[in-house]
Amino acid sequence: MTSALFGRGLSALSIATVCAIAAAFALVFFYAPLDADQGFIQKIFYVHVPMAIVALGGFMAAGVMAILHLRRRDRSWDMRSYVAIHLSIILGVGVLVTGAIWAKASWGHWWVWDEPTLVSFLIVFLLYCTYQPLRFSIEDPERQARYASVFAIVAGAFVPLNFIAVRLAEAYTHPRVLSQTGGNLPGEMRLTFLVALGAMTLLFVTLWKLELTSKHAAEQLRKLRVRLELGADERPAQSGSGYRAPAAAARSASS
Amino acid sequence: MPALPLEEAGKYVAGAYLVFVVLVVVYVAIIGAKVARLERELKTLGDLMEKRAP
Repeated sequence: MTSALFGRGLSALSIATVCAIAAAFALVFFYAPLDADQGFIQKIFYVHVPMAIVALGGFMAAGVMAILHLRRRDRSWDMRSYVAIHLSIILGVGVLVTGAIWAKASWGHWWVWDEPTLVSFLIVFLLYCTYQPLRFSIEDPERQARYASVFAIVAGAFVPLNFIAVRLAEAYTHPRVLSQTGGNLPGEMRLTFLVALGAMTLLFVTLWKLELTSKHAAEQLRKLRVRLELGADERPAQSGSGYRAPAAAARSASS
Repeated sequence: MPALPLEEAGKYVAGAYLVFVVLVVVYVAIIGAKVARLERELKTLGDLMEKRAP
């Protein structure tokens, strides 16, 4: 059954995710040194930045899945793309809220409008918030999937362009974590950050698989119910006159 | 701005991590509720099939 394929490895992945998150939290609070400038408040960095990177990566991955949907004409890739965007939006909410908390503690303001990194992330987030209304405003499932894929590809291409544009703007207010010169993180902080990033990536993949499995099972169940109900409607016709509805005949022939 | 004292910074850090945990827990709870609904529907279909069996 295909739903089993989506769920394959989910238990092992869930256990690995829980272990990775526990390890990341332990490193954050018991291993990584306090930041000389920001002190304890810098601990927010280990949840905020990995969430932002994974959310943006999820948006781009959704664009790649949408390309695969259009190329292969396989609706399962559209479903994968949809779930990736859905999850990335949820992570995006987390990024905005944790970022606002960090900004309040560090800068004294919940939000700073002249900081390009913040505003560009908000623009990307709001862009993707239009994905679901757009998708569900189209009733025909084929057109819905096609239009949603086109959106996911265009918006997915916008994410790295936006990121590069912000880098070129050379703002200094928002700290740079990863750069060509290796960033400015000491060894313990870098290790903690990488573990946190790995844990966040694992969490994303696990939740993505979980939602895909749930959606696929719901779809299979719906098809099964339709077949059963159809079968119940066709039964009197079979026994009464010997006539068999085409769908029922095809089913019995295939079985 | 100078670094906040630990007691005050602790509230912000706890708040940020709590946001993350709440997001994940709520998401998993919603998916769990959906799976529970699927199980109920599956049971209903199973009962329906038993009734229809000769």
